Amino acid sequence: MRRVLAGLAAVALLATAGCGDKSDKSDSAGGGGATGGATGAATGGATGGATGGGVAQASGDLTVLAAASLTESFNKISEDFQKANPQVKVTISYGGSSSLAQQITSGAPADVFASASPKNMQTIVDAGDASGTPAVFVKNQLVIAVPKGNPKGITGLSDLTKPGLKVALCAEQVPCGAAAKTALEAAGVKLTPVTLEQDVKAALSKVKLGEVDASLVYRTDARAAASDVDGVEFPESAQAINNYPIAVLKNAPNPTAAAAFVAFVQTEPEIKVLTDAGFQKP
Amino acid sequence: MPAAAGLAFLVLPLAGLLIRAPWSTLPERLTEPGILAALRLSLVTATIATAVCLVLGVPLAWVLARTDFPGRRLVRALVTVPLVLPPVVGGVALLLVFGRRGLLGGWLDATFGVSLPFTTAGVVLAEAFVAMPFLVISVEGALRGADSRYEEAAATLGASRWTAFRRVTLPLIAPGVLAGGVLCWARALGEFGATITFAGNFPGRTQTMPLAVYLALEQDVDAAIVLSLLLLVVSVGILAALRDKWVTA
Repeated sequence: MRRVLAGLAAVALLATAGCGDKSDKSDSAGGGGATGGATGAATGGATGGATGGGVAQASGDLTVLAAASLTESFNKISEDFQKANPQVKVTISYGGSSSLAQQITSGAPADVFASASPKNMQTIVDAGDASGTPAVFVKNQLVIAVPKGNPKGITGLSDLTKPGLKVALCAEQVPCGAAAKTALEAAGVKLTPVTLEQDVKAALSKVKLGEVDASLVYRTDARAAASDVDGVEFPESAQAINNYPIAVLKNAPNPTAAAAFVAFVQTEPEIKVLTDAGFQKP
Repeated sequence: MPAAAGLAFLVLPLAGLLIRAPWSTLPERLTEPGILAALRLSLVTATIATAVCLVLGVPLAWVLARTDFPGRRLVRALVTVPLVLPPVVGGVALLLVFGRRGLLGGWLDATFGVSLPFTTAGVVLAEAFVAMPFLVISVEGALRGADSRYEEAAATLGASRWTAFRRVTLPLIAPGVLAGGVLCWARALGEFGATITFAGNFPGRTQTMPLAVYLALEQDVDAAIVLSLLLLVVSVGILAALRDKWVTA
């Protein structure tokens, strides 16, 4: 009997371990995994009839896939959009741009894609999944994130090479790491980080936790964490600007609402929401 | 029938990897720099982590199985915490203890000049934390299944507690310890969340295979598949070899 129980326990353990691995991935993808399931369920919106003639009124369900760095701004924008279009119900799934692009090319049913880098947008354009040409709606640039009050007195990139200073960068494979590399090269600064993080939020959290003295992150991320970190601007960041393109997807279940949303994001009050978060106009 | 479905469920994703693998470019991808370093780091850290788990976990399992003390159920539940905790949270928890502002980390740094985050030792720590429950639970199960009267007999014949454990108990539970060690090693080898959170990611120092796979996935799915297959082949190969050598029964 005891052996049977032990066997059952072992099976249960293995099952739990599997779940642990899953949560790994969703966490590190910037929280995208948790909402991924909702994407499938929230599509198939009722668009029929809207095209019958006259002005197409947006209605039904709208699914937006957006880069994790847009989380705060797009939550606000989708609220505004639903106020302006009460017939539409917006669901946004946030995640790393590259994994979202991969979901789209694998057939995820969604209407709009807002990417944190042109490269990931190009992936879906090349796969024939975009409808029309993507439009750049904002841009983002890097700042040096330091603990609140800047205890090490960092004023520019060259300060990051001070002995004993621990710096976290993003890995080159992700957009913030590629931008960091460009900026450091532009400044002629050679720097050995203690870690190459898998996304910008992970690099930022190392600063928040006090494990590193500085990190290169997007200005929007530093501003969203303003209670724990300060963002130090540096001139070389102008060499490494990240454009954010947005596009309606070709297989959008609700193309009318999708086009309306993409246009809405680029109206003046909503651009202001984005610039308040630290983005810049393109 | 359910057994076949269960097997298919486990094997089909693997088949997916094999079918999708870029076989034509495989040799050049495998010789890319950094891959061998990541593989070696993975194998070394997983093995050390397993050794740490054995040293700490077997005595813990013995206490849980053979002694009775108030709060034993609670301790047992606590042992399984790393299984339930999302590994990323486990990594943050480790930072809060061993980080440079952590409970012990500040003291370790000030007293011995030891700083664990972002080091290879940090990788071992993260892996051991996540993998140890597998060892403790299976050794405890083996101990409960073993007849404690053998130990008592050894004691009546004049064996000390340690001798009885070493000469009688350990051989009795060897299969359980081995199975636990294998589970523990496999879990440590695949560890991702706690490692990247606690030890960070730096090639050659803390970038293990799962971390390399994750980052490759950001850029090139084929490269990630190749890395995963390599890790699978090596680990399955090692486990099969171990099985032939020690568990011939």
